[in-house]
Amino acid sequence: MSAKVKNEMTFEEAFYKLEAIVDQMESGEISLDASIKTFEEGMQLIQICTGMLEQAKTRLQQLTQDDTGRFHLEPLE
Amino acid sequence: MIDPLTDMHDDKPSARRVYRVSELTRRIRGVLEETFDEIWLEGEISNFTAHRSGHFYFSLKDSESQISCVMWRGRNLSMVFRPADGMKVVAFGRITVYEQGGRYQFDVMQLRPAGIGDLQAAFEALKRKLDAEGLFRQEIKKPLPEFPERIGIVTSPTGAAIQDLVSVISRRYPPAQIVLAPVRVQGDFASEEIARAIRQFNAFQEVDVLIVGRGGGSLEDLWAFNEESVVRAIAESEIPVISAVGHEIDFTLSDFAADLRAPTPSAAAELVVPDQNELMTAIKHLSLRLQQNFSGLLNGYASQLDSIRNSYVFRDVSSRIREYEMRLDENERRFISAMEQNLDVRNLNLSVLRGKLQAMHPEQILKRGYSITRHKNTGEVIRDASEIHADAEVITQMAWGKFMSTIQSEQEE
Repeated sequence: MSAKVKNEMTFEEAFYKLEAIVDQMESGEISLDASIKTFEEGMQLIQICTGMLEQAKTRLQQLTQDDTGRFHLEPLE
Repeated sequence: MIDPLTDMHDDKPSARRVYRVSELTRRIRGVLEETFDEIWLEGEISNFTAHRSGHFYFSLKDSESQISCVMWRGRNLSMVFRPADGMKVVAFGRITVYEQGGRYQFDVMQLRPAGIGDLQAAFEALKRKLDAEGLFRQEIKKPLPEFPERIGIVTSPTGAAIQDLVSVISRRYPPAQIVLAPVRVQGDFASEEIARAIRQFNAFQEVDVLIVGRGGGSLEDLWAFNEESVVRAIAESEIPVISAVGHEIDFTLSDFAADLRAPTPSAAAELVVPDQNELMTAIKHLSLRLQQNFSGLLNGYASQLDSIRNSYVFRDVSSRIREYEMRLDENERRFISAMEQNLDVRNLNLSVLRGKLQAMHPEQILKRGYSITRHKNTGEVIRDASEIHADAEVITQMAWGKFMSTIQSEQEE
């Protein structure tokens, strides 16, 4: 998986993908070659998910709208 | 000297100039309408008339003053109570000046009862009306996202509610982002601001779920969340809405319209995001399953490989190989023994041959009494007596020694 994919992935996507991978592995209908790749991908997703939970910090922003009706997010606190 | 023309555009009224009536009225209108643009006005209704055109005409008064009011038909259609003389009300609207009559009046846009009893009656009436419209139906409730990335919050920036929401959400699910639309949650402008913020979030679109609420308070404090504009904005929201108004015993119409009702802002925060500790457990569980299944899969392949290796086909081949090996061994043995035998035979023949050869050696023959006679000159063996004639010199070899002789005569047969 490339670094780009890692950054763009949300927790939800990573978590659901991980679940799907485990289900696929559990079904046993997977070639040896594919299972090695799938296993590695699964381990990566586990790292991504736990990393997101451990390293993320909730951001607080304020919604504002300018005269042209365009929305902006401004940091709060 | 008075010069009306030079003072024409002077903003300050001046004793130095003469106004026309229409000019003054227009100035008054400008001042009044700018100063009292959209205000809330509290008073008691008197002289109420519902004109057959549909417009309401009445006065609002207190102990000292009164003001004429008008509420146009389009604005009073959605009212849930019937105004009557003596009723205490709060009216939202603005001052307008009727230039032709030289009168000013209050143009009412919203009207609601001011007393507690009247509030309760209005609450029940609005609830029945919106219920009949289907705004509270379970079927139109939207599901909440399981892992909201961005949570929109409509509440006061200074209240306890926002602090509770931020602290619980960031503790439970740090990846979440919180976007606040700050509004007043009580007082006369609250409902407009709340409804507008909900619509803004829907125009903005980039939040996954909305929390609309405030901390607990009196019925009047929470009233904004019973206003039709707020309830409709919640019901119309494309983004799922969690209502979080007041303490547990307080129900507002916003609660009925929301996709999920939380009794308090803290409870809303618990409902809106998953708990990271539970997620960590779930991830560990998935990790375990992944590793177990992977090693199970590998073991499966390994034992499959074993059973293939032991299968009939391979067993057959290897037994045939062994058979060939045995035959090879056998052949080798036979070959070697054949070779050995062969050599023995040859050895035997050789000794016989050697014996024969030895027996045939001239020496042996000479020993038995024979002799060899050769021409003295040429050394050739003489086999035939006719080869020699008288006076020829010959050498005769015996087993032991040789002698020379001269032929006397040819033998006569």
